[in-house]
Amino acid sequence: MTSKDKFAEILDKRNGEIIANWLELQLAGGKKVSAAERQEATRQSRDFMAALTAAARKGSVDDISSPEWNRVKEILSDLSASRAKGGYTPSETAAFVFSLKKPLFAAVLQELASDGDTLGDTLWQATELLDKLGLLTTETFQRTREDIISRQQQELLELSTPVVRLWENVLALPLIGTLDSARTQVVMQNLLDAIVETRSDFAIIDITGVPVVDTLVAQHLLKTVAAARLMGADCLISGIRPQIAQTIIHLGVDLTMVTTKATLADAFAIALRRSGFVVVKNEKRSAGETRQVG
Amino acid sequence: MERIPILKMGEFLLVTIQVDMHDRLALTLQDDLTSQIVKHHAKGVLIDISTLEMVDSFIGRMLGSIAGMARLLDAETVVVGMQPSVAITLVELGLSMQGIRTALDVEKGMAALKVAVLGTREDADDGIDL
Amino acid sequence: MTVSTSESLELRTSEDIVLVRQAVRKKAVALGFGLVDQTKVVTASSELARNMLNYGGGGTVQLEVVQNDRRSGLRLIFEDQGPGIPDIALALKDGYTSGQGMGLGLGGAKRLSHEFEIHSTVGEGTRVSILRWR
Repeated sequence: MTSKDKFAEILDKRNGEIIANWLELQLAGGKKVSAAERQEATRQSRDFMAALTAAARKGSVDDISSPEWNRVKEILSDLSASRAKGGYTPSETAAFVFSLKKPLFAAVLQELASDGDTLGDTLWQATELLDKLGLLTTETFQRTREDIISRQQQELLELSTPVVRLWENVLALPLIGTLDSARTQVVMQNLLDAIVETRSDFAIIDITGVPVVDTLVAQHLLKTVAAARLMGADCLISGIRPQIAQTIIHLGVDLTMVTTKATLADAFAIALRRSGFVVVKNEKRSAGETRQVG
Repeated sequence: MERIPILKMGEFLLVTIQVDMHDRLALTLQDDLTSQIVKHHAKGVLIDISTLEMVDSFIGRMLGSIAGMARLLDAETVVVGMQPSVAITLVELGLSMQGIRTALDVEKGMAALKVAVLGTREDADDGIDL
Repeated sequence: MTVSTSESLELRTSEDIVLVRQAVRKKAVALGFGLVDQTKVVTASSELARNMLNYGGGGTVQLEVVQNDRRSGLRLIFEDQGPGIPDIALALKDGYTSGQGMGLGLGGAKRLSHEFEIHSTVGEGTRVSILRWR
């Protein structure tokens, strides 16, 4: 009998024993385990062993890319993905596979104690197989984590660029943080959608919260202004700190076509005026008040 | 042959571009517009591109040509209704659309044209109040 | 990265440019591209198609769906047997045009795409390839 058949045979014959020992190793290690987690681990281990045995019987132990191994890989992939989301470490996840080695080898040793050659081959195949499967879990784990990170980045991007309607006809876009090209796309989209929705003629882009204004950031700002203009809205840029003013001049960025103001308040006043609004103070209210200056 | 219809609205002409334009259609439009401006002594042209899902450099050039020709014929032009995704793409493409007046929609476009025409009227009358 | 070649279109007249745009739009929608991404790739295809017609004497456009580990994309390959481009760097410069255009075609298409490749041999033809990820 070839070692491959022997391997499958041992898995079948010693199934219950291997699973029991394997579970014990999985659930050891000091971590407190709930009844639900224990049940889950039992189910996963049983499914995995069943799939592993079937694959070993039908396919070749050396080549896990063949279709017979799809079910095994599927189980590992699901397990790895859910553990990545569940806050497990990559090692804890891979341990699912690697901890199988000890009970599996123990079973093989007992079955093939008298057959030295086959014993050696079988152990070697088993360790190679489990190494490959263990590494597979790490790859899936990584991919799942990366997906989560990129999704969070996207959400952060969208949350951090709100468009505020200051008054009829006037929008404000307070930018906080750096303005890179990805962010600029989101900014433009949010701003243009708001212009359509509110039919505003003016948009104030406040850059008080933008720490660095270099050539690229300036280009992104100008792009945003140009896009708004195509939608019939004029942009004003406010929040220009003295340092920023110096940088812009030194860089030679041409902002002459854009109205710029030091503060959002000033920009707002201009936008209101250009929209035909006049702000009037109610004198009667303050007539009876005494005010102390200084 | 298909033509893009041009509507007369008071002193202005309204053009709604709805189809995916090919070259011959664009040239025909320019011919038609210039002759209509003269025929009706139009003072303004409003080009509605609200259904255009794409504006490339060819269309951009056509719009610029129309604005230029209209100005030579003493008419102002405004392009209205650009879709946000088109605006974002145009800006990335690098098409400046400078010298072309734009507005959000037909209503705002009309208002802008009236202001523009009034402005040129005042200039022509050398500051005499109407 | 796997590629599945979807379609090949002939570009001989200016009406064909419209057909190319429509085919690209359809493919982009099918791949689940957002509206801005759709518009960018369609506009880029329009620029390159026009270029190929005006300077390359027409040619073929190939639409390929590209798939890598994490995402899918649309690749467009414009190939002609025209006179070729003697100075590619110059051709990529905005505003440079040897004809009636605005000189934005190549540079513009590059800016609207995630990946851009151009090969050209004088007297033999030009091949421009752009890729936009979903």
